[in-house]
Amino acid sequence: MEFLYAIFSFLYQFGDAFAFLVLSACGLAVIFGMMGVINLAHGEFILCGAYVSTSVAHMGLPLPVAIAAGSLAAGIAGMIVELVVIRPLYKRPLDTIVATWGISMIVTQGTLIVLGTTMAGSGTPLGSFVVGDYSYSTYRVVLMGMALATLAALWLMFTKTRFGILARATIQVPHVAEALGVNTNLVYSLTFGLGAALAGLAGGLYAPTMTLVPTMGAAFMVEAFVTVVVGGADIFLGTAPAAVVLGLIKATLTSWQGQLAGQIGMLIAVIIVIRILPRGISGKILKERA
Amino acid sequence: MKKNLKSTASVLATLLSVAGGAMAQDAEPIKLGVLEDQSGDFALATIGKVHGIELAVSEINAAGGIAGRPIEMVTYDTQSDNTRYQEFMRRALQRDKVDVVFAGFSSASREAYRPIVNQFDGLAFYNNQYEGGVCDANMIVTGAVPEQQFSTLLPYMMETYGPNVYTIAADYNFGQISAEWVRNIVAENGGEMVGEEFIPLGVSQFSQTIQNIQAAKPDFVVTLLVGTAQSSYYEQAGAANVDLPMASSVNVGQGYEHKRFTAPSLKDMYATVNYVEEIDTPESQAFVERFRAMFPDEPYINQEAENSYAAVYLYKEMVERADGSTELEDVRATLADGTLCYDAPEGEMCIDPKSQHASHTIYLAHVTEDHSIEFPKKWDAIQPYWLGDIGCDLTQEDPSAQYTPSSNPSN
Repeated sequence: MEFLYAIFSFLYQFGDAFAFLVLSACGLAVIFGMMGVINLAHGEFILCGAYVSTSVAHMGLPLPVAIAAGSLAAGIAGMIVELVVIRPLYKRPLDTIVATWGISMIVTQGTLIVLGTTMAGSGTPLGSFVVGDYSYSTYRVVLMGMALATLAALWLMFTKTRFGILARATIQVPHVAEALGVNTNLVYSLTFGLGAALAGLAGGLYAPTMTLVPTMGAAFMVEAFVTVVVGGADIFLGTAPAAVVLGLIKATLTSWQGQLAGQIGMLIAVIIVIRILPRGISGKILKERA
Repeated sequence: MKKNLKSTASVLATLLSVAGGAMAQDAEPIKLGVLEDQSGDFALATIGKVHGIELAVSEINAAGGIAGRPIEMVTYDTQSDNTRYQEFMRRALQRDKVDVVFAGFSSASREAYRPIVNQFDGLAFYNNQYEGGVCDANMIVTGAVPEQQFSTLLPYMMETYGPNVYTIAADYNFGQISAEWVRNIVAENGGEMVGEEFIPLGVSQFSQTIQNIQAAKPDFVVTLLVGTAQSSYYEQAGAANVDLPMASSVNVGQGYEHKRFTAPSLKDMYATVNYVEEIDTPESQAFVERFRAMFPDEPYINQEAENSYAAVYLYKEMVERADGSTELEDVRATLADGTLCYDAPEGEMCIDPKSQHASHTIYLAHVTEDHSIEFPKKWDAIQPYWLGDIGCDLTQEDPSAQYTPSSNPSN
């Protein structure tokens, strides 16, 4: 029995790290992995999702509705940003760094000035359960489920729907797609919006468990970029396996030697992966398949 | 043409003499530099410090200033960034030529700017609780230190809850040195450290840490978490139903976590503070009233806001005792007899001449299940004695060093 408890506790910790990596990285995998826009404002879309969902929850609506509202708000904000700032920069990926960094600073400081230093949280729902010696938060199991559901939904969307096929076609060979009558501007805009909405979803989901402050997006940035860089351009063949590998390393090292070791281990893993697989895990898989 | 020139010159001369006369009437202001984090990870705890200074300055100016001279604030936002502290400290001392600087939240930022204050032989007030040990003639510390916070808090906790202690601390000089203090005091009182973990600044996910704590089965947890990202710990530990009492020298009194998180995630948190707005004395409530009259939207008046407010009055007292001089030697000389005190909202604060740290009234703040605060205990006039005991005497010599329990002149 002791042994089973230990296995459960490890699986829970791994699942927790996995969920955080997947949910922080999904939106960035679409915007950076697929579209090639180096989006340093990723954390601010997360912030947007978190603040909107918490405000909606404070109005008394149920949490799932609040999270959906946060995600939607971030998606709309993403489409506006795409239209105004990103669109002229698709051919200039390095310039997107500066532009999105600027957006990030404006949003962080703007939030501080307009909404103040902090927002009261809505509290983690669902309580806790006990397995063996440890008690666990039930809501974090929901987060693990949401990470898997998000991956599944994205897989269905990009492989089974017309929008998904058009999006992949547009991003791979834009001029051919355009010649075939695809409204590529609309597709770019929707894809960017989707990425931002996914970031907003992460914000909404994690908002009840975190401090709500204007700088909260920064807490997601390292994990998001690391996962996408390790994963490579493909969301399913990249982000998911990358999150498995990094989650495993992080959970193991953190339980063994604490948070610092977990962080160091994760970053060393990234350096090794970039050195051996310059195009990430999905680059390796796709190359072998071809 | 020549005549014109002459008349212009005479007009100029008249103007100048008028201006000169006006100058003599209006005494030259005392320049007070303020370097605090008004944006970034620490802003939440430090914007109130700037407001505390602004409140004191407006009160003092309305009552005629310091020795008849008005105070002029020169404020910079250091953005929770250590390099900004160095940049703005140089600018404040070199270009703005301020008479005194009030600077710093994190200990990392204090250690970043302190050599610059030494280099220009300026005077800086550090109005923040910290890990103790700064023995530097250019610094006056009004925040509380470990002998004031831990040697009161830990024996109480061990008596009430038991001897097994687990520390989680922010991984930089503040957390590391504070954890060393905790270790020593726990050992002196016959307790045992069952675990210790250092958390890098900016970490916000604590699932594994929570499990490590549960595995070690402590009687209570000492939380020395810094910055808004790390304070997510409380919500997550609450959600996982850890249900252990907590003790802290920084939380509640600094980041008002009991106001930000939903009850009961901070239930049975004990913090030793020299001030929080819940303190129910007439002086404290009058202070809260004046503060809120000037800053109605202030979310919380924490101990660092009160330290900063009191520091302006302490500085005023020093300059007035030095007959209006703001020269470092004259101002420091007023500390020598140890009678430089101010009746702060918390109670009397006096500056110890040997260490240039302040004595404090220390309140034990207990967060109840509904997140209200009660004060089961209060210690009057706790002296910052440790630096003096280990051989720091700024009236004799100035080592400009920071000492720790394991590295100081007495060992």
